[in-house]
Amino acid sequence: MVLLLILILPLAGGAAIAAGRGRPSAGWLGWLGVAANGAGLALGIWVAIRVVRAGPLIGAGGLLRADALSAFMVVVIGTVALLASWLGIRTLALELAAGQATRARATTYGVLVQAFIASMLLAVLAANVGVLWVSVEATTVVTTFLVGHRRTKGALEASWKYIVICSVGIALAFLGTVLVYLAALHAGGHSAGALDWTSLMANARHLDPSVLRLGFALLVLGYGTKVGLAPMHSWLPDAHSQAPAPISALMSGVLLTVAFYAILRFKAVTDLALGPQFSRALLVGVALLSLAVAASLLLTQRDYKRMLAYHSIEHMGLIALGAAAGIPLAIAAVLLHILGHGLAKSVLFLTSGEIMAAEGTSQIDGVRTLLARRPALGGVFGVGLVALLGLPPFSLFSSELLMARAEFQVGLGWAAIVAIVAMVVIFVAVVGHARHMLLGPSSASEPLAPPPRWVAAPLVGGLVVCGLIGVFAWPLASLLQAAAHVVTS
Amino acid sequence: MSGSLFSSTLTLAAGAVLVCAVAVLWLSSVRAVIRVVAVQGIALGLVAMVLGVHVGDAGLIATAAVVLGVKGVAVPMLLGKAGGAGALARERRPLVNVPASLVASAVLIVLAFATARGVAGFVGTTAGALVPVGVATLLIGFFVLVARRRPIFQMVGLLLVDNGIALVAFLGTAGVPFLIELGVSLDILLGVVVLMVLAQRLRSEFGELDLDELQELHD
Repeated sequence: MVLLLILILPLAGGAAIAAGRGRPSAGWLGWLGVAANGAGLALGIWVAIRVVRAGPLIGAGGLLRADALSAFMVVVIGTVALLASWLGIRTLALELAAGQATRARATTYGVLVQAFIASMLLAVLAANVGVLWVSVEATTVVTTFLVGHRRTKGALEASWKYIVICSVGIALAFLGTVLVYLAALHAGGHSAGALDWTSLMANARHLDPSVLRLGFALLVLGYGTKVGLAPMHSWLPDAHSQAPAPISALMSGVLLTVAFYAILRFKAVTDLALGPQFSRALLVGVALLSLAVAASLLLTQRDYKRMLAYHSIEHMGLIALGAAAGIPLAIAAVLLHILGHGLAKSVLFLTSGEIMAAEGTSQIDGVRTLLARRPALGGVFGVGLVALLGLPPFSLFSSELLMARAEFQVGLGWAAIVAIVAMVVIFVAVVGHARHMLLGPSSASEPLAPPPRWVAAPLVGGLVVCGLIGVFAWPLASLLQAAAHVVTS
Repeated sequence: MSGSLFSSTLTLAAGAVLVCAVAVLWLSSVRAVIRVVAVQGIALGLVAMVLGVHVGDAGLIATAAVVLGVKGVAVPMLLGKAGGAGALARERRPLVNVPASLVASAVLIVLAFATARGVAGFVGTTAGALVPVGVATLLIGFFVLVARRRPIFQMVGLLLVDNGIALVAFLGTAGVPFLIELGVSLDILLGVVVLMVLAQRLRSEFGELDLDELQELHD
């Protein structure tokens, strides 16, 4: 029941926004969406506590299932959704004031965002890997118009590339799912339940190795497209840089990792059936390639939103490498990294939206001496980058350290070293760009007006949470451990 | 249904799916391509129907009805609407010309049979032996995606990929469970709607365009 409620809450928020269209004072309706997402987050936390104490929850007649891993992902989605829908009110208000958007378009935006959040939640709560596929595909369909929300040439181009490339990717993932289903049927699975993840796990040792190998490779390639792993990443920088800031935050902060969650689920099945070597080789390959692509393109980046987008490719590479290690320590670190990246990246994208609205450009060259002129925005952006680059006290520092330790433990030390070299290159590149944007004396004597307090609060709050998790991991430790044990055996 | 009638109907329907894929490479008129897509959807539905009747599986027969409705009727109608509105012009300068495309499709079909033999053997049924036909359709869909530059041909390429995978699913596993098939069909239908709206917006923004003229975004 509670699982169904988690799905219904964001949809109810969307329905309220749709029902209130046309009212002149529709501003408060956006807050209804925020409240729905906040309530969803609270429920998610409750489910997480419950699951750690008493084991998995089943809902909706067995269609929904929350184990510790699902519950953790619900919390991550809820957190980023809260931040993004909060700042979404700001984005729409600015666009309406500037005449860039009509009320009708703002309504469509609000409804689609809530549908987007609901489909991500369904993806992580689905008991059945077929339903998981359907909901990941649904995220592509609903986000395409959100990417193209601005209707500029660039936005249209980005949304076309996004839907075509991701549809191809997700089609491959479906073929992979079909092959896994084929293997499961031959292993004696009953047709209706054969795609339930728990029955796949129970039957894993009887699955035909060669069919499963082919299926898993297709799944990594297919869902990897949505994760933004190289070589299937080419849609990502375009979509993330053209979408409105809250959409970039949701896509980069959680959508990528929701797709990675799908890979984690199938990896658990494959590892049981084939041993860890096969999935490890595949994941190490795509991870190192992603890191190399991100490092080389970050060096010459001229657009700060694209810079953040390539940074996502880097972090997805790190997560894939951590998952390749596969031991419980590694998976717990991967999950912590998913949360930390979700927080830091969404705060950064949301801040970049504010910067873009204030400065009128997304070029790195167009923004100068931000810290002196706009201390609040420049400060949040700078601290966010510090978090994202993996410096203490933020949680990304601990998760990167733990992932590297796990990689050394399983003999992937060489890959960890390659990753660290790439991270150093990225560090230098990003610090160079950031220095350009942030530092320097201001020509004007007075700093410009800071953003309103209700806009700054969630941004600062997100970073504070990211820092707190880095220092005190204890409230999460048991959840992370439980979640890691779900997909390691 | 008797054994030989079953296997010949099935082979015929699956073969029609592949022939339609090749026909897309051969045609340049949008109207004709949309008709071919409709025929392919119907052939795919027939595959599911024949299988469902043969094993007496009500879920599969229901799936077949959904496939016939969505891929045989709804999607082509949507495409036709866009074609009628003139949003989707014919392919004039494909990246790979028609004769070369047909040669490529022959190579892809051989490749599909070579690679999918293992899976076909694993399935080990009359239907399973036809799995390579689905893989060939899928590969031709990929080829259409990279070799054609008009928005409508990219949409058709995506549909070919989807239909190829659906064919593999029907022949290999007698179809995914009905509930999931419903979700998949809904996604495809919505995806086509989204693509159509986008294609119309692209047209009103850029005029008649080839997709490789989209050059706004790069590093």
